[in-house]
Amino acid sequence: MAATDFLRKRFMPHIWCPGCGHGIIMRALLTAIEKLDIEKNDIVMASGIGCSARMLGYIDVHTMHTLHGRALAFATGVKMARPDLTVVVPMGDGDALAIGGNHFIHAARRNIDMTAIVMNNSTYGMTGGQYSPTTGCGEYGTTAPYGTVVQPFDTVELATAAGASFIARTTTYHAREMARILADAIRHPGFSVVEVLTQCPTYYGRKNEKGDAVEMMERFRDCAVPVGPLDDNGRATAADVEAADASVETIPIGVFRKEVRAEYCDAYRRQVIEPAVAAASAAADAAGGDR
Amino acid sequence: MNASAQKPDRTRVRFLQGNEVCAEAALYAGMRYFAGYPITPSTEIAERLAERLPQVGGSFMQMEDEIGSICAVIGASLAGTKSMTATSGPGFSLMQEAIGYAVMAEIPCVIVDVQRGGPSTGLPTHASQGDVMQVRYGTHGDHSIVCLTASNHQDLFGIVVDAFNFSEIFRTPAVVLIDEVVGHMREAVDVPAPGELDLTERLLTDVPRDVDYHPYAPREDDRLPMSNFGGVHRYNVTGLVHDMWGFPSEKPTIVNDLIHHLYLKLENRKRMLTRWREWSLDDAEIVLISYGSSARSARHIMENRRSVGVPIGMIELQTLWPFPSELIRARCRNAEYVVVVEMNMGQIVHEVKRAVDRPERVFLSNRVDGEMITPTDIKHLIRVIQGKGV
Ligand SMILES: Cc1ncc(C[n+]2csc(CCOP(=O)(O)OP(=O)(O)O)c2C)c(N)n1
Ligand code: SF4
Repeated sequence: MAATDFLRKRFMPHIWCPGCGHGIIMRALLTAIEKLDIEKNDIVMASGIGCSARMLGYIDVHTMHTLHGRALAFATGVKMARPDLTVVVPMGDGDALAIGGNHFIHAARRNIDMTAIVMNNSTYGMTGGQYSPTTGCGEYGTTAPYGTVVQPFDTVELATAAGASFIARTTTYHAREMARILADAIRHPGFSVVEVLTQCPTYYGRKNEKGDAVEMMERFRDCAVPVGPLDDNGRATAADVEAADASVETIPIGVFRKEVRAEYCDAYRRQVIEPAVAAASAAADAAGGDR
Repeated sequence: MNASAQKPDRTRVRFLQGNEVCAEAALYAGMRYFAGYPITPSTEIAERLAERLPQVGGSFMQMEDEIGSICAVIGASLAGTKSMTATSGPGFSLMQEAIGYAVMAEIPCVIVDVQRGGPSTGLPTHASQGDVMQVRYGTHGDHSIVCLTASNHQDLFGIVVDAFNFSEIFRTPAVVLIDEVVGHMREAVDVPAPGELDLTERLLTDVPRDVDYHPYAPREDDRLPMSNFGGVHRYNVTGLVHDMWGFPSEKPTIVNDLIHHLYLKLENRKRMLTRWREWSLDDAEIVLISYGSSARSARHIMENRRSVGVPIGMIELQTLWPFPSELIRARCRNAEYVVVVEMNMGQIVHEVKRAVDRPERVFLSNRVDGEMITPTDIKHLIRVIQGKGV
């Protein structure tokens, strides 16, 4: 099957602006699932609300376009009902880290097997370019006409602290690597976070004089610093992550963490369901003997 | 002769709290996924299900908040598992956006709201029936919703099962609205044997694999045969207004049809959806209308007054939404006075006024101090109406 066989062409053209990075992420995601050779019927994608979230409509798997920030919670229910399904959750940075921040950290803490893709364009695209939790300090948005006064979230650090077991960052410039990382993340048995830095030339780019889509992607290329190989515990070594020269803008990219830890559905089944069912049926047998 | 044909089978009778009845009845209905967040006075539902669900192979999950809880419940239902959450006012407020999603995307789910006093954190451990209107109008936009309630545990068991059945039949959220008194009170329940109560399972589509399936094209009876996520049909589910494929649309005819469908699929089926009880209405000049724990006091005073010859009767509503206005109009036609008994500043009373021929004859007997309304409270009001003084 070709990656494009996963498209619902009936619902094209898509809603994204020319130059938007979201389409590049969709393409990489399709390449990843094609490579993994998973049946379309075995894949569920859930998204919230945003330009990013609209990706689902165009993908021919089970798709659930839900509420702003809540996709991971909906996906959690799907996964609990059908642990055998592959669950992927594409989210905007506002979706994942502002309104959905609580679901994000708790899904990570549970290490429930799904892949969260944080499509980070440093702005609220769908609502017209307001600042987001990843807009840099001093940068502009329609609701930050004087520049923001707060530090942005670092998605990788946040996911690390919250307990995600697979964590990576990449950019729309690194499309091929993105597809490989996404495939790895989907294959990983636990909560995977892949942050993809992407361009919103329409709002973030224009407001912050970052140039057009091509220039924004060139910046991703120029600033990207790959993290080194993972250590025995599946963690990127600190030296690689630190920027050599603080005056040069850097974007550490690559896989930061890949550890195998107890996955929620699996742990719940083994620690809770199986013993409870066994005890209940033993009790029923004993009671049955009296009648 | 078989004695059990006359008396309830004592081995089935259990002494349960109302919240425990909700949990057991949900299991009986086939609920196998519960997601919730602790809140008084509903917490016992979660606690019991945390223990009981895994025993039947189901899953209990404590989520990070009520928003996550209802969203997870909707997700699990879409993937084919009957699902439920339980909460009280503050949590119910948080769930409203997602309840609207379940309305719009037509995903069955059951929400138990064990009412406390409000607004805000209010009176966590006291009696109130202040959430009636929130159930109906809490989420934004035009829609209808199913809301059932009960005054005693035997009825509650069946009502919870009904809520699951209705939610599956109409692909709608169904709210079981009880109050703190019913939730926390203990009472004997004759637990139905498997098969004794009818269970409605999900209507699944018979459209075969690889044939174009229209997930959002209602049949003539307004029902939508479903295909669970993970099944052979892949489609889009959205909270946006959508066409028959579940794809977003802003076409006026599509919008109009969908809004009418969501509203009328329930409002046109009140005969099927209405559950109620009635006593002594034939010659009743005074009709009491009540529900939930208030109905216990109303029934007490009704029987007490009857015994001294007062022509009084009573209706206990178990379906609050869609409101059974035709039933109320018919039953109250010959009444001199209608007294609505509820523990709020007047919620169902307005629906009753809208329903009856002579709204000026409808009075409210209420109490909002966190104490359960008593038969004496109701008696006083009746005396005032009758011009007898208190
Ligand atoms: C509860 C709620 N609040 C606000 C909105 C409005 N809203 C829609 S999308 C969005 C932000 C989108 O930004 P992001 O998640 O970063 O995605 P992007 O559009 O940039 O891809 C907001 C605030 C909403 N739909 N729901
Ligand atoms: S507004 Fe920005 S994020 Fe949204 S489609 Fe346009 S470029 Fe993409």
